[in-house]
Amino acid sequence: MASRKATAAKGKGRPAARAEKAQLELVQVEPTPARRGAARAAKAAPAAPRRARSREEPEPELLPAAEPVAEPEEEAPAAPKPRRRATAEQMAAKQREISISEFFTKNRHLLGFDNPSKALLTTIKEAVDNSLDACEEAGILPEITIEVRDLGLGPKGEGDLTKGEGRFVVVIEDNGPGIVKAQAPKIFGKLLYGSKFHRLKQSRGQQGIGISAAAMYGQLTTGQPIRVTSRTGKGKPAHFFEIQIDTRKNNPVVTEDRQLDEWHLEHGTRVELEIVANWQAGQRFVNRYVEHTALSNPHATVHYLRPRQAPLSFPRATEELPKEAVEIKPHPHGVELGALMLMAAESKARDVRGFLQTAFSRVSGQVADEIVKRAAFKGRVRPRDVGEDRALAEKLHRAIGATKIMNPPTNCLSPIGDELMKRGLISFLNVVETEGPEADEQLDLDQAKKKKASKKEKAAKAAAPEVPDAPPEEGVEKIKGHNYFIATVTRPPKVYRGNPFQVEVGLAYGGSWPADKPIELFRFANRVPLLFQRGACGTTEAIVKTDWRNYLLSQPKGSLPVGPMALLVHIASVWVPFTSEAKEAVAHYPEIMREIQLAAQECGRKLAAHIRKKQHLDYQAQRRGIFELYIQEVAQAIGKITGKSPEPIKREFLRLADQVTEADLKEADAALEEQSRKLTKRPRRAENEDE
Amino acid sequence: MARLDAVSKQTAHKIEKLAETVVRSVKGGKNPFVEIPIRSLANVKFNEKRRLIELGSQRQKRYFFNVAMAKKFMQTFLVSDACKELIEGGKTTSIRDLYYITKHTIGDTKQNTFEEQDESDPIIEDLEVALDALREELHLFASRKGSMVGPITIRDTGDTIDLRRMGSGGWAVPSIVEENVIEFVRHEAKYILLIEKDAVWTRFNEDKFWKREKCIILQGGGQPPRGVRRLVQRLHSELKLPVYVLVDNDPWGFYIYSVMKQGSINLAYESMRMAVPDARFVGLSSFDKDKYKLPTNVAIKMDDGDNNRAKQMLAYPWFQAKQWQREIQEMVRSGLKFELEALSRRGISFITEEYLPKKLRDRDWLE
Ligand SMILES: Nc1ncnc2c1ncn2[C@@H]1O[C@H](COP(=O)(O)OP(=O)(O)OP(=O)(O)O)[C@@H](O)[C@H]1O
Ligand SMILES: [Mg+2]
Repeated sequence: MASRKATAAKGKGRPAARAEKAQLELVQVEPTPARRGAARAAKAAPAAPRRARSREEPEPELLPAAEPVAEPEEEAPAAPKPRRRATAEQMAAKQREISISEFFTKNRHLLGFDNPSKALLTTIKEAVDNSLDACEEAGILPEITIEVRDLGLGPKGEGDLTKGEGRFVVVIEDNGPGIVKAQAPKIFGKLLYGSKFHRLKQSRGQQGIGISAAAMYGQLTTGQPIRVTSRTGKGKPAHFFEIQIDTRKNNPVVTEDRQLDEWHLEHGTRVELEIVANWQAGQRFVNRYVEHTALSNPHATVHYLRPRQAPLSFPRATEELPKEAVEIKPHPHGVELGALMLMAAESKARDVRGFLQTAFSRVSGQVADEIVKRAAFKGRVRPRDVGEDRALAEKLHRAIGATKIMNPPTNCLSPIGDELMKRGLISFLNVVETEGPEADEQLDLDQAKKKKASKKEKAAKAAAPEVPDAPPEEGVEKIKGHNYFIATVTRPPKVYRGNPFQVEVGLAYGGSWPADKPIELFRFANRVPLLFQRGACGTTEAIVKTDWRNYLLSQPKGSLPVGPMALLVHIASVWVPFTSEAKEAVAHYPEIMREIQLAAQECGRKLAAHIRKKQHLDYQAQRRGIFELYIQEVAQAIGKITGKSPEPIKREFLRLADQVTEADLKEADAALEEQSRKLTKRPRRAENEDE
Repeated sequence: MARLDAVSKQTAHKIEKLAETVVRSVKGGKNPFVEIPIRSLANVKFNEKRRLIELGSQRQKRYFFNVAMAKKFMQTFLVSDACKELIEGGKTTSIRDLYYITKHTIGDTKQNTFEEQDESDPIIEDLEVALDALREELHLFASRKGSMVGPITIRDTGDTIDLRRMGSGGWAVPSIVEENVIEFVRHEAKYILLIEKDAVWTRFNEDKFWKREKCIILQGGGQPPRGVRRLVQRLHSELKLPVYVLVDNDPWGFYIYSVMKQGSINLAYESMRMAVPDARFVGLSSFDKDKYKLPTNVAIKMDDGDNNRAKQMLAYPWFQAKQWQREIQEMVRSGLKFELEALSRRGISFITEEYLPKKLRDRDWLE
């Protein structure tokens, strides 16, 4: 626990979540009623996970609690006359350390293992996020296989799919750098063990809980250890482990460890987890997670194997790895008082000036001097003194806050980028694009698969000469016969609480998205799709507060805009401020909200230009249609009157229809308008001549 | 193909020319159009000298390549085509019939060439002005109403008809009364009396007013149709007979008179062939109620519509003469209107035996 607290205090710029956690630890000394999770889930949270392609129904059991704090109501009602029950000594006998794994066991909902449906997704997500992180860090183009096996089926896949809760095996395999033999036990068998917590660098994982929590969930629900196979390179042996967690001590217990003679990957890691899950109810979220992961990671190839369904692949849309995110030192403006004291205590610098310069980014000698001067210490103060004396630390903290310091370097960020966001959207749409109205309850990916089957037909059709379309508008992509307008905006990096972050927004408008439904909002943080707690997320609020009516979409008050559109919002940061450990919603930092809105507005302006153009083109096409409709009639009549064949006359008309220039039409229209203005002035006919 | 008379040939030729102009424009890469004089108040003026409402010189170009005009352009040629066929086939038909002839579904759409007759009627009028051809010359007629008797013999498509022997119903005036259809053979009439109402006309016929007075009596069932007006105009100009108009004392009656006299706004382009600027208004005058001692209980109160209409008429250039201003102002002032039948209060044949003879004797009319 001590180490847990130390790291918590060290976590820069995440005071809210950390403080919450500390609070929880205290609360949890008293056993929680087992039904708490359920009771809370029953309260309909506003953040219903959104339908995938507008068909999905909200899944009440999957709604996580909006706030992971204890509910005081459950402790009531107070007894009328309090009577002493236990002495301090009696209580002392019961007081002991709580291991993190014990804690987890009772609070699994905090980490996204609320129920079997959600646990399925969380397990997959933790493993996939790790694979992507590892590949990126190693500079490898990721190729990841996600497999879900239903243990209710026979060895050859016979029998019926498990209905509701049941046993499943989840396998995630990557071609990443692998894990060295000595590290594997701790990675998979110890909570709060990882490589990403102690550094400031953009990555998917940040806490060192993810995969070991999944392993623990598996162990708790099925008794089975996590199975890991990993190899670090050619010529090196592959290792196979079975790792259990001693939940009291939060320590790994390796139950099997052997070297494999042969393994099909040169390097990479494969993790297998046996868990209790609900595939029936949870698969739509997994599907969505896979789709969206492919969308936000266009450099990754993802294979997806599911029970009783043909394998599905999302090929990578680019051969280019994302720009490498560089690790940075914390920025002075993001540091909390407690963290400052800890850092000072650990500092090896001889004076405060040196401490500031070495521990933080953007502190030059000059800036350090300024801070020290402003702190106005009396006598000689060493960093150690700051670490021990709260009053000194406060002085220094205030001085830091009052000093102008250059923004932190932003090379620690790795946004998706305009071009790749666009390509990601295109390949995403290619997979999810469906034809015609979506009447049935089928899942996106199943439909996508069906589309693939008819790809050949489409190719054959495309080969046949067609009436040429108007030259495509910039930003418009034809995807499986549907036109989508795609626009992307990447904002310059900004800073909140000393943490660099960057916002990207992309939109796909038109195509076969329903026009009368609220838009689809895809939220991402460090390329990880956020699927839950939509209503509690700052991203949602920023989009809702953007006035989309300026960009020609309708928007009910306080809601997402309505229109045929999917909107992607990505926040990249060295430290994404989530509202909870389950990493489902982004906290409402004004700096972040503002950036999201600015990006949305910029994208919106592009959208409005497109919609306007489209309306104009529609009008043009309509006009052309009208002419073609009447030409036949006119040619026929004129042919009869003049005693000539109508066909050549028709051809001449059609030829002219192409020639009649826009300018001519405009002129004619203006003349007409003038005319009709005159005509409307004419009084109503009071008399009827002929009747 | 029936042998065509000169007028028909000319009209058919005009239609051909219209179509050929379009073909030529299209070949030359120009947006084809039909030029149509505008038929609206804005393009109508009162020719003081000729005392006729005439169409101004404003023209409207009806383009094909213009979203708002394309359909009307198409319709214009559908009507042109149908008319040419009628002319060449020597057939005449009603404008309602023409609506059905030209109505059909376009291509495989749900759209029709014409949705309602209200759409085709104005196209016919457009074509008339565009070609400078009368509706009759296009072999079309509107609904027919109106009857006539009098000391006159005519020839109607070859049949000689004695209008002195038409019984109680009279001769039904056809829609087309052009020279090629109706010829005047002989007559001993001294004037023409156009009566607004069928019922009143029947009184005049039953009382053999026309025989006694040697006049031709006509009625057009309210606003006389083109056939009746054209016939009155021909009788007036060819036989040099004065025209008297007998209408109710209300704005509508005055308007009927004014249309007979100088044409209507809507058909201003045909004024010369329909209007009789010399037509005389013999009643009912706004002052007749006193002159002929009509009790107020036979009067009808003017409503808002009547009042507005009357005030509008006060502003018409052709009602600017002092006597007309007095006449209309009196109507507005009293707020009362009278039907011709109100005279029956003085006796059933008061109108034929005393009222009208006295009016004519006293030259008590307005012009
Ligand atoms: N597939 C993998 N290939 C290589 N290294 C891995 C892989 N999976 C995990 N690791 C290593 O194990 C560490 C622990 O992973 P874990 O998921 O528990 O925490 P994390 O990813 O750092 O943070 P979070 O709790 O936010 O997921 C990672 O920091 C990484 O160094
Ligand atoms: Mg992780």
